[in-house]
Amino acid sequence: MNNTAAHDDHHGPEKGLLRWVKTTNHKDIGTLYLWFAFAMLIVGGALAMGIRAELLHPGLQLMDPHFFNQLTTMHGLIMVFGAIMPAMVGLGNWLIPMMVGAPDMALPRLNNWSFWILPFAALILVSTFFMEGGAPAFGWTFYAPLSTAFAPDSTDFFIFAVHLLGFSSIMGAINIIATVLNMRAPEMRLMDMPLFVWTWLITSFLLIGAMPVLAGVVTMMLTDRNFGTAFFDATGGGDPVMFQHIFWFFGHPEVYIMILPAFGIISHILPTFARKPLFGYSSMVYATASIAFLSYIVWAHHMFLTGMPVAGELYFMYATMLIAVPTGVKVFNWVATMWKGSLTFEAPMLWALSFVFLFTIGGFSGLMLGIAPADIQYHDTYFVVAHFHYVLVTGSLWAIIAATLYWLPKWVGKMYNEKLAKIHFWWAMISVNVLFFPQHFLGLAGMPRRIPDYSLQFADFNWISSIGAFAFGLSFILFAYIVVDCIRNGAPTSERPWYSAKGLEWTLSSPAAYHSFNTPPSRAEILEESQHS
Amino acid sequence: MKKLLSLTGISTALMISKSALAEYGLNMTQGVTSTSQDIYDLHMLIFWVCVVIGVVVFGAIFYSIISFRKSQGAKAAHFHESTTVELIWTGIPILILIAMAIPASKVLIDIETLDKADMTVKITGHQWKWQYEYPEQGIGYISNLAQSSKDAINSDKKPENYLLEVDNPLVLPVDTKIRFLITSSDVIHNWWVPELAVKQDANPGFINDSWTEIDKEGVYRGQCAELCGKDHGFMPIVVEAVSKDAFAAWVAGQKAGAEAAAASATKTWSEDELMASGENIYNTNCSGCHQKDGSGIPGVFPAMSGSSITNGPAAEHLDIVINGKGGMPAFKMLGDSDLASVITYERRAFGNSGSVVQPSDVTSAR
Repeated sequence: MNNTAAHDDHHGPEKGLLRWVKTTNHKDIGTLYLWFAFAMLIVGGALAMGIRAELLHPGLQLMDPHFFNQLTTMHGLIMVFGAIMPAMVGLGNWLIPMMVGAPDMALPRLNNWSFWILPFAALILVSTFFMEGGAPAFGWTFYAPLSTAFAPDSTDFFIFAVHLLGFSSIMGAINIIATVLNMRAPEMRLMDMPLFVWTWLITSFLLIGAMPVLAGVVTMMLTDRNFGTAFFDATGGGDPVMFQHIFWFFGHPEVYIMILPAFGIISHILPTFARKPLFGYSSMVYATASIAFLSYIVWAHHMFLTGMPVAGELYFMYATMLIAVPTGVKVFNWVATMWKGSLTFEAPMLWALSFVFLFTIGGFSGLMLGIAPADIQYHDTYFVVAHFHYVLVTGSLWAIIAATLYWLPKWVGKMYNEKLAKIHFWWAMISVNVLFFPQHFLGLAGMPRRIPDYSLQFADFNWISSIGAFAFGLSFILFAYIVVDCIRNGAPTSERPWYSAKGLEWTLSSPAAYHSFNTPPSRAEILEESQHS
Repeated sequence: MKKLLSLTGISTALMISKSALAEYGLNMTQGVTSTSQDIYDLHMLIFWVCVVIGVVVFGAIFYSIISFRKSQGAKAAHFHESTTVELIWTGIPILILIAMAIPASKVLIDIETLDKADMTVKITGHQWKWQYEYPEQGIGYISNLAQSSKDAINSDKKPENYLLEVDNPLVLPVDTKIRFLITSSDVIHNWWVPELAVKQDANPGFINDSWTEIDKEGVYRGQCAELCGKDHGFMPIVVEAVSKDAFAAWVAGQKAGAEAAAASATKTWSEDELMASGENIYNTNCSGCHQKDGSGIPGVFPAMSGSSITNGPAAEHLDIVINGKGGMPAFKMLGDSDLASVITYERRAFGNSGSVVQPSDVTSAR
């Protein structure tokens, strides 16, 4: 059925480029977010190619160490704040109003502003490469005092950019909470909401809790650098370790901000292609909420070697291990969803399945890292690099790609090229493992992270890893082609291209009209499309 | 584009030739201390627990992928909830985690407890070198990346322990409980030797402690494990574990050397002597930032040539080098003769025309 009324025509999109500047429409803004994220993915990916090219073999071939540090720092910042987070917000913008039976987001002008801050923040951040002294070169975790007394002048621009990114995220989160709580179809109860909406709602609360802490810590940096304070300087009575406490109090929720919406996405795709309802809907909701709560009380497991007292180490180790429980519940529920299903393997399903595999591998290494005494040997090695790339690349990014392919037919009303999408999947799946799996070995053998050159026993695996990286980087050209080809030449598709898909978004026409639901869906429709029926 | 071309060149060359590379490791070292052995055992325990869970979970996924295919005529069941099952797979992981937490806590408490140390070594991280002091023996020195490694960075011939060799290794006796006091003079560093399983942050303004008791004589190599700026990858650690007798002999030799250095600081040096010794010290300690030709890196590290410090009054120059300033670390740990040489070199080389500085000037400036 089509819930968009005919009067929609006279307030459709504006003509011309200004449409994208002035738009307050959740679909337009979602599209902007997604293209922006893709552009940043390419920029951040190009920096990663530079890193892996330098590490291809021992010695310094392409750059000096100072520039290498700029690359690792900017790669991390751009991927976290420029690619993964905006992509998730973009998906939220596109999907949440359609999933809760709303016409648009609750705060459309705020929505426009929270997007349009981003390109400027990104420009400021990237422009630091061209400043005297170069871009920030202290790692994406920007530990003081390397980022305060010992940092290049461009650091103040970095601080400003982080503030802007924080504004954008907080406004986006407020908008999502307001939309979910106020714009939801009156007949939809909270426990009727699809999991993508649930995970984004919980993520929004993480954002509102964590981003101001980040703003606080960069402001303290700013005053330490320019106004004579000594928050992180022991000679003035401060403490550099306090920086890490504040940073990770933001930083740990941040990693769940990047992965919880991914959990939601996977919980939509697996049931569709298993032709079976999601197993344990309510336990999925509770598990997500538990993970979010725990994410606030485990931050110092990033800091086992800072000189923490043993009681502190024990507490943070136990609390960290506890996260494995709700995360395990999620994985088990996904497996049970597939169990006795009727599985087909279209591209979104392939991405979702490999998410479950590879994210679980990242989960295992995460559990290992959480064991405080073992962390003495793992800390700040390539084992950590392998771990967080398994959860962020083959976790968050995998889910974003899966979601793009899964909902693209709904967004543009056309089907992507399945054959190309499968080639792309296998290409990326193989190359990403060639890229990141050997890094486990490198880390265990003792290679520290963030070094531009290494001793000879690390040469073989670094070479393999770099070759994997180049192949993986190239795969995104194919991905861009698949998406553009779908938008331009895709075969028209029905309103429910994935036969067994459930959810209110599939009741809308394909492509979905400019405003989603002008009349809220009925209780019967909501129940028919809910994930727990 | 040029970089891209050289890159493709390098990669094809590497694909064709099988370069002779040192042996590579796959797993964590078992090391040479009881701590490193405990950590290795714990690591393997968690690893095998993860493998077993992985086999069960991945096995179930593979079974589903193979058996429940639509193309094989699988019909979807409709179950979607079971509180019993949820309780089981919440409860069993909790039990597994408790079983893992018990040995982990034991090892952690063992590592963090040191009743009485036989000797103490103070380790100070500097950008980008380590300083070792033996307060009880009254000796101390700086440990830099070996020149052989520095020379090999841009060459195809790499020495055997490329980037893992230093000029002055840390010498320690075996079978001795050694307490490390670890700190930093500038940014955060991390002193890590995998075979000892000692890894501890060096925080500026604070002192962390750690300890080790080495079972086996040998040379153990490690690296800085906390990003500390430009040459983070170039400040290795080498520990030489020797017998107690050899250690005592080494201490005596160090003391004699220190006395000779102190004696040299009282005499007046010629400019040539200062310049010759200064060049070495400059290349070891200063050229990382200020560059070998004194040109610096604009915006980060000031140039030596033509600077108002190197050409101005000696007092200001002495103050900056001895006490540091902003991002410039203090070099007061160097001896008077060494400081006089390097400062003279900075003031007279690179086309500069500053005055000559004698060791006695350094002594009075401290």
